[in-house]
Amino acid sequence: MQKISVLLFLVWVCFLFYAGIALFTSGFLLTRLELTNHSSCQEPPGPGSVPWGSRGEPGACWMASRFSRVVLVLIDALRFDFVQPQRSYVPGEPSVSLPFLGKLGSLRRILETQPHHARLYQSKADPPTTTMQRLKALTTGSLPTFIDAGSNFASYAIMEDNLIKQFTSAGRRVVFMGDDTWKDLFPGVFSQAFFFPSFNVRDLHTVDNGILEHLYPTMDSGEWDVLIAHFLGVDHCGHKHGPHHPEMAKKLSQMDQVIQGVVEHLENDTLLVVIGDHGMTKNGDHGGDSELEISTALFLYSPTALFPGAPPEEPKVVPQISLVPTLALLLGLPIPFGNIGEVIAELFSEVEDTQPHSSALAQATALHLNAQQVSRFLHTYSAAAQDLQVKELHRLHDLFSKASAEYQRLLQSPQGAEAALQTVITELQQFLRGVRAMCIESWARFSLVHMAGGAALLAAACFLCLLVSQWATAPGFCLHLLLLVPMIWGLAGVVVCAGLLACAGLKLDPVVLGAMAAVGSLLPFLWKAWAGWGSKRPLAALLPIPGPVLLLLLIRFAALFSDSFVVAEARATRFLLGSLILLLVAQLHWEGKLLPPKLFTTPRLGFSAPTSPPRHNGMHALGLGVGLLLCVRLAGLFHRCPEETPACHSSPWLSPLASIVSGRAKNLWYGACVGALVALLAAVRLWLCRYANLKSPEPSVLFVRWGLPLMVLGTAAYWALASGADEAPPRLRALVAGASVVLPRAVAGLAASGLMLLLWRPVTVLAKPTIGAPRTRTVLTPFSGPPTSQADLDYVVPQIYRHMQEEFRGRLERSKSQGPLTVAAYQLGSVYSAAVVTALTLLVFPLLLLHVERISLVFLLLFLQSFLLLHLLAAGIHITTPGPFTVPWQSVSAWALMATQTFYSTGHQPVFPAIHWHAAFVGFPEGHGSSTWLPALLVGANTFASHLLFAVGCPLLLLWPFLCESQGSRKRRQPPGNESEARVRPEEEEEPLMEMRLRDAPHHFNVALLQLGLKYLFVLGVQILACALAASVLRRHLMVWKVFAPKFIFEAMGFIVSSVGLFLGLALVMRVDGAVSSWFRQLVLAQQR
Amino acid sequence: MKDSDIKRLLYIHLSCIFSVILSIFIPSFFLENFSILETHLTWLCICSVFVTAVNLVLYLVVKPNASSKRSSLSYKVTRFLKCCVYFLMSCFFFHVIFVLYGAPLIELVLETFLLAVLLSTFTTVPCLCLLGPNIKAWLRVFSRNGLTSIWENSLQITTISSFIGTWLGAFPIPLDWERPWQVWPISCTLGATFGYVAGLVISPFWIYCNRKQLTYKNN
Repeated sequence: MQKISVLLFLVWVCFLFYAGIALFTSGFLLTRLELTNHSSCQEPPGPGSVPWGSRGEPGACWMASRFSRVVLVLIDALRFDFVQPQRSYVPGEPSVSLPFLGKLGSLRRILETQPHHARLYQSKADPPTTTMQRLKALTTGSLPTFIDAGSNFASYAIMEDNLIKQFTSAGRRVVFMGDDTWKDLFPGVFSQAFFFPSFNVRDLHTVDNGILEHLYPTMDSGEWDVLIAHFLGVDHCGHKHGPHHPEMAKKLSQMDQVIQGVVEHLENDTLLVVIGDHGMTKNGDHGGDSELEISTALFLYSPTALFPGAPPEEPKVVPQISLVPTLALLLGLPIPFGNIGEVIAELFSEVEDTQPHSSALAQATALHLNAQQVSRFLHTYSAAAQDLQVKELHRLHDLFSKASAEYQRLLQSPQGAEAALQTVITELQQFLRGVRAMCIESWARFSLVHMAGGAALLAAACFLCLLVSQWATAPGFCLHLLLLVPMIWGLAGVVVCAGLLACAGLKLDPVVLGAMAAVGSLLPFLWKAWAGWGSKRPLAALLPIPGPVLLLLLIRFAALFSDSFVVAEARATRFLLGSLILLLVAQLHWEGKLLPPKLFTTPRLGFSAPTSPPRHNGMHALGLGVGLLLCVRLAGLFHRCPEETPACHSSPWLSPLASIVSGRAKNLWYGACVGALVALLAAVRLWLCRYANLKSPEPSVLFVRWGLPLMVLGTAAYWALASGADEAPPRLRALVAGASVVLPRAVAGLAASGLMLLLWRPVTVLAKPTIGAPRTRTVLTPFSGPPTSQADLDYVVPQIYRHMQEEFRGRLERSKSQGPLTVAAYQLGSVYSAAVVTALTLLVFPLLLLHVERISLVFLLLFLQSFLLLHLLAAGIHITTPGPFTVPWQSVSAWALMATQTFYSTGHQPVFPAIHWHAAFVGFPEGHGSSTWLPALLVGANTFASHLLFAVGCPLLLLWPFLCESQGSRKRRQPPGNESEARVRPEEEEEPLMEMRLRDAPHHFNVALLQLGLKYLFVLGVQILACALAASVLRRHLMVWKVFAPKFIFEAMGFIVSSVGLFLGLALVMRVDGAVSSWFRQLVLAQQR
Repeated sequence: MKDSDIKRLLYIHLSCIFSVILSIFIPSFFLENFSILETHLTWLCICSVFVTAVNLVLYLVVKPNASSKRSSLSYKVTRFLKCCVYFLMSCFFFHVIFVLYGAPLIELVLETFLLAVLLSTFTTVPCLCLLGPNIKAWLRVFSRNGLTSIWENSLQITTISSFIGTWLGAFPIPLDWERPWQVWPISCTLGATFGYVAGLVISPFWIYCNRKQLTYKNN
């Protein structure tokens, strides 16, 4: 069956895309599970006594606190060589020339004059080196990845155990000043906070000056235990000018003064920590894992002596997250639960060596506590997630138990064991480093190979779509061969890859296997393409896309590489869509299809005469264009602002009706929403009525007539309840609650049953063939016996169709009350599009329920504008009757653009906090309990509603020009349209065949469907390819995790939803086709009897 | 078509370009603090006036199309009034299009409207000068095989390039470079001006290069 192979081919292409997306994602999006366990004071991390005087002192937890207060000066992007030049960075060059060198002189001075009080470390940050991820790491002590799979996507607030939480739960007063990222991360925990906007990268001074205004007064006031000051100037200076700019020298000098000032204000019980969260590249960017980005400075200073020895010549290298357990233990707090950092041991040594081994013992104690906590975390984590290596886990566990036992033994008998203590310390450090290495391996490393492979696979799949969509129309196109060979090769690829992996003893990764299958099936195809191409055709044929559309696709492709354009994509899409619409109108004019004088040459629309007349006059097309622009603009009023543009104001209409205070406004809006629903219903019914699909007694038609109004009623009632639930009298509360559970489910159930009915009996044709009518006999005389082959059937079908038209014409003429010959015969001509439109309408209502009430207006606009667009596109399409049928590129790209535009105008944005989470509670006001797939489905349906609708409606692009055929002919007929003329119309002047033309050429029909699917997949595939490339090329970009990565995820999800929708839409059309065929067969059999 | 025609076309276009350049430099002698970016609206008005004036003068001097049959005063007056009405209508039309394309509806109305005026100056005024207030003729010029002279050909090229320039001018607006010229509608007006000038430069050369292939129907 050709239909099946078309669908299978599409499935294969989708699989190629999915494999590419999955491979890219596995390399790019690192995931980790967030645990919400907390460490507490009362609960030590493991067995064994807590020796260091904790029982006596109040306020000390796992260890006695050495400092009661801490000042944390966080200088964003304080690269290590800003503090101390490293010879390796500037080989040969005179280091004096660099503006950032030697500007932090006070640090050097302190280090030289007070060697026992201060220490400088080179701290290594883990990628991704972006501020938010670093802040998360610096407070939780773990390795944040982009997706920390936690319970809450809706905000950036840190759910894991962290230092700030430990501070506040121990009753310390935390004062914060600086970067307002902390406001999102730690909402409402600071006893006092001065936030300054961090978004404007070009502004070097607002944040820093704001901090300086408050820093010293706050320090002197003494109303704090922990003071955090986050300076942004250095980072912004790097982004704006780069590190090699004189401005950087000024900024660093300012920071130097700050540090000096803070040191002067310090009291004896206070620890000063100066730290950079990440470094920067030579251009001032950060985000990746190059040496310059991850090396940062860490400076510790205490007014009392802290270190027994002098600082080493070259500062020690410590991981950045070491600060977390160190600070926690120094302040006498529990180490945060998820910390995997290692304490900086030398900070725990005794300055005055009173006992022989007390220093070593203190270090061992701190390390042991740290190791116990890490071991507890590992145990909990590996029980909850499986992404850590089991073998390594066991090895580490053994190491830890050995060291721990040894430590306990030494505690019992502390005699004569300097060396033994040192071994314990070394073993514990080994354990901690091993854990960290293992976690980095699985959480924090981009896999460039996977990313490149995924992008290449996506590109190849796009290329394949382009190629096959062009081949499909060529004569002698055989799909079976195209399909079969790749399948075999793909299987071979899987087997070989699995064998190789098994031989090498590696883990079988389904993503890699899928990718290998995809590559295996692609290779022979591309080989064949290359071989078949080579000499025969010119290279220009490679680009079958017409110039303007190509330019449009290119702009769209390039725009995804700019963070500003991704942020402003809503506006950009509207602009491009408007441009395309005006271009279409202008093109129609340019081709002379709009000019009135040439219009009415009226070629006859005969059965064999394929000439397609221009169907619209000038004002008509111009009106369509302007109407479309108006719709697009109106839909843009429902726009939600991305948070990156502070000047923009989100539409107030995106809030639910329940939030409106004024009763009158609420009623008005409610009326408008219900009006939109009714208008939608009326429009669909009018359309179906016009194409006469409402007269059939088929169950699906009956459902449209009676079920849809019921759904509208249900939706309206639900909205009434939802918007006015609080005003209900107490007696009715239970009823209201019950109804708000039942109503959405009822609407969804109705829609589902409607779709089932549609699939079961998709032919919406009123068929009353009167057997034995004389004319029928004459039409069917060439046939004796039932049709035996497809060819017979192909011949019979037009005959029957013509016969039916005769039937209806005769019937209509009998009932004189009707107008000119218009209605009854058209129902077969619109049988495909009627099914698609019905399916779309059935889909819209449950999707509407998931949205806020006022979005119904947007959905009405959506239907209107797609209707107008289809008409406009149909005006430019020339139908060649015997085939091949093609859907032009501009139709497909306009359709895809409109899907994106609707995504934005239904109040969505491609960032996680903008997801409409309330959708999960429609019909489930009490929540879902433990199940996750149902709320995920609901939220996904809400988010990707436009993708789904437009993908399912995609076949309309092919069908609509055939529908419009009837309009032209009807219009022409109306002027002379009195009935006497109609009756004497000669025989060859047929009613327009409309979609039956497709039925007449089944091969071309199937090919056209395949081509349509491939073109749509290509347009979407180019977008996802651009997103993937942007995310991988710009992985060092400031906005990677805020803009590009979420955009990629949303685009990938949208692609998956779209491809599934496309498949369903095409399958629906094919199902209708099959049903029409069997219907014809039955008709023929009935005729024969 | 003769080379002298093309030469004449070139001179006319050069004088149009000259008027645009004058509109940048002349006002700074009379107005204090005049600069294109900071006192943008003033420049918009001045540029529109200059280009319109030069177009009118050139029209009166050159008279590219044969003078109409009737030349009574009342006919001329009605024709002139009609032209004014057409110009205003095209300004409003462009304004509506800009708003439909995403320009703010309520804020910056004056700016948007002045952009519409500028674009009308670059496109509608030459059309009016060359073709008169005759929509059908305009539509003919902007369709395939509708050209009847090199004047119309150059009109087609300059108009389309002005539109394309305005369209391209919208692209830098969302970028976060924070330059003064990224503010609506400055980039679009600059784009329109550059497009217009580019069209003026290109069209004589294009016509010259393609003079062998170009054949015009003589009505």
